[in-house]
Amino acid sequence: MAQTPGDSGGSGSGPILAGLLRIVDRRSDPPGRGAINRERFIRRFKDEIKRAADEEFGKRSIKDVGRGGRISIPGRGLAEPRLVHDDDSGSHDFVLPGNRDFLPGDSIDRPRKDGGQGDGDEPGSGEGRDSFAFALSREEFLALFFDDLELPNLERTRFGEMSMQRMRRGGYSREGLPANLLPGMTVRMGIARRIALRGALAERIAELEAECAGCNGPRRDALIEEIERLRKRRGSLPFLEDVDRRYRSRVPTAAPSTRAVMLCLMDVSGSMDERKKDLAKRFFALLYLFLERKYGHVDVVFVRHTETAEEVDEQRFFHDPQTGGTLVHPALELAYHIIQGRFAGPDWNVYLAQASDGDCTVEDGHRSAAFIAQELLPLLRYFAYIDIPSSSGWFNRASDLWQSYDALQSPAFARRAVHDRNDIWPVFRELFARKQAA
Amino acid sequence: MTKEKPDRRDPDKPRPWPKLLARPTVPMPRPGAVRQAQPIATGTEWTLGTLERFDKAIAAHAGRMGLDTYPIQYEMITASQMLDLCSTVGMPVHYSHWSFGKLLLSQEHGYRKGMTGLAYEIVINTNPSIAYLMETNTLALQVLVMAHAGYGHNAFFKSNYLFRQFTQADAILDYLQFARGFVQECEEQYGWREVEAVLDCCHALAAYGVDRYRRPQRLSVKRERARLNDRLKFAEKHYNPDFAHLHMRERDEPGAPAADVFDPQENLLYFIEKHAPKLPPWQRELVRIVRKVSQYFYPQRLTKVANEGAATFWHYTLLNELYDSGEVDDGFMLEWLANHGDVVAQPAFDSPNFHGLNPYALGFSIYRDIRRICEEPTDEDRQWFPNLAGSRWQEAIAFAMTNFKDDSLIEQYLSPKVMRDMRLFLMHDSEEDREHYTVRAIHNEAGYTRVRQALAAQYRSEAHIPTLVVARASDDAERALLLQHRVENGRMLDAKSAESILGFVKQLWVFDVVLEEVDSDGTRLKIHRT
Repeated sequence: MAQTPGDSGGSGSGPILAGLLRIVDRRSDPPGRGAINRERFIRRFKDEIKRAADEEFGKRSIKDVGRGGRISIPGRGLAEPRLVHDDDSGSHDFVLPGNRDFLPGDSIDRPRKDGGQGDGDEPGSGEGRDSFAFALSREEFLALFFDDLELPNLERTRFGEMSMQRMRRGGYSREGLPANLLPGMTVRMGIARRIALRGALAERIAELEAECAGCNGPRRDALIEEIERLRKRRGSLPFLEDVDRRYRSRVPTAAPSTRAVMLCLMDVSGSMDERKKDLAKRFFALLYLFLERKYGHVDVVFVRHTETAEEVDEQRFFHDPQTGGTLVHPALELAYHIIQGRFAGPDWNVYLAQASDGDCTVEDGHRSAAFIAQELLPLLRYFAYIDIPSSSGWFNRASDLWQSYDALQSPAFARRAVHDRNDIWPVFRELFARKQAA
Repeated sequence: MTKEKPDRRDPDKPRPWPKLLARPTVPMPRPGAVRQAQPIATGTEWTLGTLERFDKAIAAHAGRMGLDTYPIQYEMITASQMLDLCSTVGMPVHYSHWSFGKLLLSQEHGYRKGMTGLAYEIVINTNPSIAYLMETNTLALQVLVMAHAGYGHNAFFKSNYLFRQFTQADAILDYLQFARGFVQECEEQYGWREVEAVLDCCHALAAYGVDRYRRPQRLSVKRERARLNDRLKFAEKHYNPDFAHLHMRERDEPGAPAADVFDPQENLLYFIEKHAPKLPPWQRELVRIVRKVSQYFYPQRLTKVANEGAATFWHYTLLNELYDSGEVDDGFMLEWLANHGDVVAQPAFDSPNFHGLNPYALGFSIYRDIRRICEEPTDEDRQWFPNLAGSRWQEAIAFAMTNFKDDSLIEQYLSPKVMRDMRLFLMHDSEEDREHYTVRAIHNEAGYTRVRQALAAQYRSEAHIPTLVVARASDDAERALLLQHRVENGRMLDAKSAESILGFVKQLWVFDVVLEEVDSDGTRLKIHRT
């Protein structure tokens, strides 16, 4: 660098200094193209992605199912082929860096084709090369699932009318809870008050002084005293007063009801084996996701029953084995009480999904059907019954509970039979398919 | 790479290679430099104002060294915007296609998992040149990027003969805008599946959509629109797929090429656009768009080493100038040097990090050595580069940036010292022995020329992209298309890839497509059919 003094002609004579330089801040630009191309990709590989998402499904807990996340699809269809040479034909030369001690004439083993090369980037996955991993956002994930599904008609007609009180931010108020105090605003009000008062006092003092100059005697003394008093007052205006305080104000506004609860009822008696529970879980997971997508937040209540019913958490609901006979009615009753106790009122959208293998006594079945028709259905948006008959099913007839539910005729009630995993999705779609308005 | 065990080596040969020496150096201002009392800014925080002041300082140094650039516009963007940009090969406007989405998803995934970093910078060859800065970078990195992209790449784009000849810096963004609009219209009119299928075909053939020797016509959106309108209007009136070939023949009448005097065509997409018998006009237009975009990127494919090398050389030089004049402090220096070190690192062939020759490392070494040869030539340099030794380095560098692409740059300038420093050696994979590679030449007196020539050959585009020409398109009832691959050194085509590529050609050509591999005498070695 040393021997090169500056170019003749002086620095900065080039076009680069001609004042065209700009630094443009684009950080706040709306995101655009990326999203479009992303969507293109998902659209093109929808089937593969759906399949991968399905597999992902089985591994997750019911509440996590819809979180989006890592998906990996087979890389076969994704490749963008190029014409390449066959490395096993002909001869070629290539230059490499970092020679340690080779001399011309040395020969070294040709690396095996099967011997790795693919390691490094994706540790631990043998098929790293063949699969394409990426992350889907929650929305994309759910959009794939609920492509053309809609909440049942019934609910939609009511949805608009339904309203509840919701507290909204609405300006400021002078009273409120300490937690809602706005310190900045309060101090500002204090400053304003002091400025205003000081001005008013100053005016008054000026007035009195003018008057004072034109008179004497006791009147003058009184005026001087008054001026003194005002000056003192002006000097000791309090920093904050009660009137300065400002609070965030909240006003009630009407909002459409967006709260939803989903009750999962499952028969866990001895006859419900792991396979049936898995089917049930899948169905519940779908329902949960779907409702959550519609409502934003969904409470889930798990009720399991044998002869007796109890409310449990998710873990025990799906994995804790139980034995015993089956009585459906108590479970429905418990559900009824839970709804009455916690989810009553017009601001709750209540969904109930029941999964069972359909074993029950005739009497229990009839009582249950009657209870649903008279007590439960009025409280519910939708009652979905999933019948999971035994796979052996060599008496090829409808289950007892199914037969009992024959009596139920309501648009808010639906039932389907599910035989294996492949049925879950079609059944779910059937139950929630967007109905063509008549 | 799997571990290569040395086996059949002659144990008697002396092996005098010492361990590679790494000499860490601490940056020191040039002795005798007049230094400013206060650096322009310190610390890692930056504001647009400081960056602007740094740019002024860099511009002053660049101007002093005679660096000629387009005007620069910097755009500050976020990491996600950078991801977006990377996915569309750096262009801020582009037509939409799933493959860009694929790139985006994989990059995003890698970035989130921390497996890959993000590109610090993207610079577009437009006039004015646009360089993107990422908001998460520190001050030192921002200035590094400004010097690298805003001055290094920019100057390369402006001066290099390939970019001057082949790309119109001021027209590309307009053209891409037009392309995006057109693709969108097609999707609305013909359905996205159709459009995507055509684009897929074209993308697979994009490497065969460039004129390698002919200067392309100037891009002009206005003319494109007018041409497109004519084409569509004509098609509306006359198009009937069954009789399309009649029109074609009519047009070709003057000097209609008989089958035996057919001129081989290297631009496959161009040929398809003009002569595919059954392609509807809008698909021809799509072919044209991909072809034009591919043509625009063609010089970039040929100048990876030269371009990155020049940019790296210039950021290194300019930032050192800033340091010498006291405009940046020691902390700044150490930070960007650490980064620079990562960028130009060249892992050895047997290291697990080895992914081929690093174009930054190679290019940087070559340009640095040009400067060294100019300033402090040794006897060896005087012998190898008599013209260079002792000349003004600014001119030598400018000449090297202007007149070379990767292979010619290496052939011309790769000096023995660089070969020694990088310990380059030449391996041979011969047809007779598939179990071993042989070492042909190393960095010694006997090997320099061979290594250099082999490395240059390695950077010719034929080394990566097998050549393909349209050898014949028969006008008869079969209307078959004959493609030819000229086999050199016995290197055949990978059968699988040939098959899939033929599939794509056929989709556009509709009639039979045959690909034959011929050797230099014209003897047919192999035939691929669809």
